[in-house]
Amino acid sequence: MHELSLMEAVREQVLEQARLHAARRIDVITLRIGSLAGVEPEALRFAFEVVMAGSIAADARLQIERVPAVAFCDCCQGEFALDDGLWECPCCGGLSRQLRRGRELQLASLQLT
Amino acid sequence: MCVDCGCSLPASPDHHHHDHDHRHDPDPEHAHEALTPAPPAGARLLQLGQALLARNDALAAGLRQRFGAAGLPVVNLLSSPGSGKTALLEALARRQPAAAGLAVVVGDLATDNDARRLQQAGLTAIQITTGQACHLEAAMVERALEGLDLAALRLLVIENVGNLVCPAAYDLGESLRVVLLSVTEGEDKPLKYPAMFGSADLVLITKTDLAVATGFDRALAHRHLARVAPAAEVLEVSARSGAGLEALAARLGLELRTAA
Repeated sequence: MHELSLMEAVREQVLEQARLHAARRIDVITLRIGSLAGVEPEALRFAFEVVMAGSIAADARLQIERVPAVAFCDCCQGEFALDDGLWECPCCGGLSRQLRRGRELQLASLQLT
Repeated sequence: MCVDCGCSLPASPDHHHHDHDHRHDPDPEHAHEALTPAPPAGARLLQLGQALLARNDALAAGLRQRFGAAGLPVVNLLSSPGSGKTALLEALARRQPAAAGLAVVVGDLATDNDARRLQQAGLTAIQITTGQACHLEAAMVERALEGLDLAALRLLVIENVGNLVCPAAYDLGESLRVVLLSVTEGEDKPLKYPAMFGSADLVLITKTDLAVATGFDRALAHRHLARVAPAAEVLEVSARSGAGLEALAARLGLELRTAA
């Protein structure tokens, strides 16, 4: 799996922000992970410990904001959550082709001191 | 209008008997609030929303621009290991007129066996040996393309590492994402890997020459595919028998020889 290399990207971005803001400590790192991003959030937690060790983010709290995949049904003119990645509207059974949310793989926010 | 889900069925006592668990997504802001206590004095909260794969995405965008400038269609070919990516490319290669302009960049963890097979079939093939990386990234593709004259090509295929999980997240600058499902993998495979199949522009059902032997239910596979990838085209092919290769070649803008 490649959660380690993803967490290395997080580390790079976090340390860059720390530098830009002359921070001495990272308190909280919040990631936003969509359910269709192809990444397992809990595997990221393990990678976090390994990758942040020895840096100013070593004691930071990791928060993971999960974004459920949501599509828009033209027929019902409403959004619905994709159950297990199925694009069927729960109301009318129609197939949506418009994903509104769910592919996010982001560093959402940082709390630093 | 149903105020629960917004559908147009009239509100009535019968209305909610159907499968209706109102799976509206929870407001992500509320989930976030529950987790975040007020920051201590002296602390700052930076709202960033930065893509983790920003570097890959930027490189991929650069590649997409280069490919576009060269007028070159580029396919990202994805599947489980053993679904028939290389065999399919060999079959297309054997049916092409000479110097038809199909080149392949192929990724594997180890060996250059696939590149050799493709070269023996007459293609320009460049191997990327990733070591431990389970997917290709834009940087690897960019390096592999050094020395290749893109303007001389009609189609570039990037044969990704056999893996239905990790490669999905990595944009390689492709103009078409093609995911394979072989008849030996089972009709419900797409349901098990919704992120990968959901990202496909074109799904190829491969090894159709084995469909009878495996009792493959075509209609069921198509139904499952529609549920996880409603916008994807689906074609059926057999590298071994040649079935469906003409339609595939036409779709990819390749000319095949008319004689066998």
